[in-house]
Amino acid sequence: MSSASNPSTQHTSTIGSIGTPSRRNTELALLVFAVVIPIFAYANVGLAINDQVPPGLLSYGLGLALLAGVGHLTVRKFAPYADPLMLPLATLLNGLGLVVIWRLDQSKRLTNYAAAAPRQLMYSAMGVALLVVVLIFLKDHRVLQRYTYISMAGALFLLILPLVPGLGADVYGAKIWIKIPGLGTLQPGEFAKIALAVFFAGYLMVKRDALALASRRFMGLYLPRGRDLGPILVVWVISILVLVFETDLGTSLLFFGMFIIMLYVATERTSWIVFGLLMSAVGAVGVASFEPHIQTRVQAWLNPLREYQLSRAGTKDGILHSEQAMQALWAFGSGGTLGTGLGQGNSDLIGFAANSDFILATFGEELGLAGVMAILVLYGLIVERGVRTALAARDPFGKLLAVGLSGAFALQVFVVAGGVMGLIPLTGMTLPFVAYGGSSVIANWALIGILLRISDTARRPAPAPAPTPDAEMTQVVRPS
Amino acid sequence: MNKPLRRIAIFCGLLILALLVRDNWIQYVQADSLREDTNNRRVAIARYATPRGNIIVGGDSITGHATTTGDFKYKRTYKDGAMWAPVTGFVSQSYGANQLEYIEDGILTGNDDRLFFRNTLDMITGKERAGGNVVTTLNAAAQKAAYDGLKGRGKGAVAAIEPSTGRILALASYPSYDPSTIAGGGDSDAEAWKKLDKKNNPDDPTLNRALREVYPPGSTFKVVTAAAALENGLYTDADEKTKSPLPWIMPGTTTPLKNEGNIPCENATLRAALQYSCNSVFGKIGSDLGNEKMLAEAKKFGFTSEQFTPVRSSASVFSDDMNPSQTALSSIGQFNTAATPLQMAMVASAVANDGKLMKPYMVDSLQAPSLDPIEKTEPEELSQPLTAKNAQILQSMMETVVKDGTGKNAQIPGVKVGGKTGTAQHGENNSKNPYAWFLSYAKLGDGSTPVAVAVVVEDDKAVRDDISGGGLAAPIAKSVMEAVIKSKK
Repeated sequence: MSSASNPSTQHTSTIGSIGTPSRRNTELALLVFAVVIPIFAYANVGLAINDQVPPGLLSYGLGLALLAGVGHLTVRKFAPYADPLMLPLATLLNGLGLVVIWRLDQSKRLTNYAAAAPRQLMYSAMGVALLVVVLIFLKDHRVLQRYTYISMAGALFLLILPLVPGLGADVYGAKIWIKIPGLGTLQPGEFAKIALAVFFAGYLMVKRDALALASRRFMGLYLPRGRDLGPILVVWVISILVLVFETDLGTSLLFFGMFIIMLYVATERTSWIVFGLLMSAVGAVGVASFEPHIQTRVQAWLNPLREYQLSRAGTKDGILHSEQAMQALWAFGSGGTLGTGLGQGNSDLIGFAANSDFILATFGEELGLAGVMAILVLYGLIVERGVRTALAARDPFGKLLAVGLSGAFALQVFVVAGGVMGLIPLTGMTLPFVAYGGSSVIANWALIGILLRISDTARRPAPAPAPTPDAEMTQVVRPS
Repeated sequence: MNKPLRRIAIFCGLLILALLVRDNWIQYVQADSLREDTNNRRVAIARYATPRGNIIVGGDSITGHATTTGDFKYKRTYKDGAMWAPVTGFVSQSYGANQLEYIEDGILTGNDDRLFFRNTLDMITGKERAGGNVVTTLNAAAQKAAYDGLKGRGKGAVAAIEPSTGRILALASYPSYDPSTIAGGGDSDAEAWKKLDKKNNPDDPTLNRALREVYPPGSTFKVVTAAAALENGLYTDADEKTKSPLPWIMPGTTTPLKNEGNIPCENATLRAALQYSCNSVFGKIGSDLGNEKMLAEAKKFGFTSEQFTPVRSSASVFSDDMNPSQTALSSIGQFNTAATPLQMAMVASAVANDGKLMKPYMVDSLQAPSLDPIEKTEPEELSQPLTAKNAQILQSMMETVVKDGTGKNAQIPGVKVGGKTGTAQHGENNSKNPYAWFLSYAKLGDGSTPVAVAVVVEDDKAVRDDISGGGLAAPIAKSVMEAVIKSKK
């Protein structure tokens, strides 16, 4: 600020904080694309399937535009210096997800969820509402630091919920849902992800010096003291328990991975990464050795065609055989480079969960390699903006929280997309913003809200220093 | 904290990169093998998504298509399906395809690489994709004559060839089935399919007897033995007396080779021996020539190899490890000798074509959906089992058979017909009814031979004595030849 007003320093300083543009207009321009592209895609699906522009085009387009508009105005008002890319990226992904969910609603083979798209639009609205709430009431992300241990308790509570008898729902082997009578199902793990990130950030900010400095050197690695191993062991045990009782490899991997990332960032000690990898390997192999559900998933990953044939033959050997992994691979392969075009593929052959866990396969078949790469790059951009926010944040808590949330987001995308594409064993998780599912959409909009808040704080110009009397004294007095 | 943050950024970038690489692997590198995987239902969906091209006989298609509900848009229909089944095979939404429908599937569905350019053009111009046509060499009138003839007699098969080119004119099998009944994917198709299964149907209607069943050829094989005698110089003329004692005891045994009835076979000429169908004469010829020479001649006629018309025919059998008495029995079409109807038609056709055996084929040309030709089959010489001179000697012998001998039922006024009857025994101790055989060719006044035909009838109901090639099979051969001659005019 002073550089602009003080001619003597004008040429020496680089960029004064006053020069930081808010980039809100950039965001608005990008949002226009993020709304228009899904609208064209929606019209495309209607033309391909029913030879007519879908009758819901107007209301759908208005709905998406309204969400984007509300999000934008809130950001403009309450977080004017927030990152300009995140909101358009999330809107675009959400819009494309809605299009593909609507396209799968039109499928004649999938009759069990005929009206998922309107519900998803409602969930998206709830998600954006949560984003607005976060931006309005969370004036400064550092407030969250106060709730470190409450977050931990909340996260554990949410994680345990699916195990409560009568409340949890076992859906195709993974117990990660809870049933709320009259409202449907909820995946508490999605919300636990954010609560855990808050807890880890708060906890590590306090303990990072102890964890980083008090260590012994052994074989080139700094080994932590035994008593400092406590927290990582606790988180590891929790992840294993999630894996054992909820048989959900994905969530387990996600939590543990997020913790390792944050631990590494907090302590700058590579040894934690080595430890983390060792522990997750031991945990995964150990649990897989006695948990048949995990074994089935690994078998299906190694030999999807055999699993398909077992499923087709109706083999009953106490294990649930699923043809989905192979069906997803066929969908990707049949899409090829450019895809069949929206509405013209047969990805609905995947059957159950075609519009949630497996939605990327529909992108693969109908938009091809080009489309999937574009989607993956969009996710990459969100993660990149998140890490950039962490870099720009001025306080360690904000840095840790931002990198934890972005890292978790990246891991989730990797676990889901990698599972559907056969890169790693399949786990029941949803692709953020794109897949059908209320919990996932709402939680991820909240996640974006927190990242926007951190980036707003990070990019906001520092408050002007109070004018000192000395400054007055040294002012140059020009002769008149 | 910024150094680890940058590393985490790189790590996240690597995660995304791994996904991008994997995506390229499955959607580019492996895309084709996944797309064309037969387990991938899209293969079947695409196959039935466009009207299938037709199989054409004499300018008319013998196939069509109908729309169905469900995943598959079109199914195949057949006109006179039972009559044409040995030619077309079937294509079914549930049970795949076989024979011509299977072999020419690429052209018929329009997926063939040779149609790629046209398909791309169609895609750009927005024309609906369609399959190409398969134009066959068959003769509708001859096929109908063959099928109707068999229908009146019971089980059997007919194969007819144009000797000068190898074009297949008729290919009938009875009992047959209508492939239309199993073309769809519904319950009635499943039921029909079950009924056609050999386990549930001893008649085995889906068996293509003309190409895939081998029968002992009986006395019709004597044409091959006669050719071997002439080719190897054992005898040089049709009217030269053979050295044939009666009774003739088979070498190494004490058993005489019996003739059917009291016929003049002692030292008979080749002409007379063929006319009366002397087992003793031809058995001795086979024994005199030996296994090796007989096998060599049989091979020249096409025995022991499969023919690809392009539908595969079974290989006809003539063994290579027989002693002289077994060779004698084999040379009169008994013992191990077995032939498909197509094989015996090839024998007749080689003799009729002055010794040249043409490769039999049933696909004349392939057409693009626009009816532009893609490929045309050119006649191809397979071998020369006998010289032109010997072929003419054999022709005169076979013409005697029809004029004065056992094949009188095949006489056609104004046409020179050469033929040979056969009655092949089969079953334990010949307990089952023998097969009635007839092979023949017709020679027109202008010297051309438009047709050679082989007929086999296996009739369980007929009285044993009635079964003789001349009685049961010759009339069918005659009507097939007449139909071909008539359509030539």
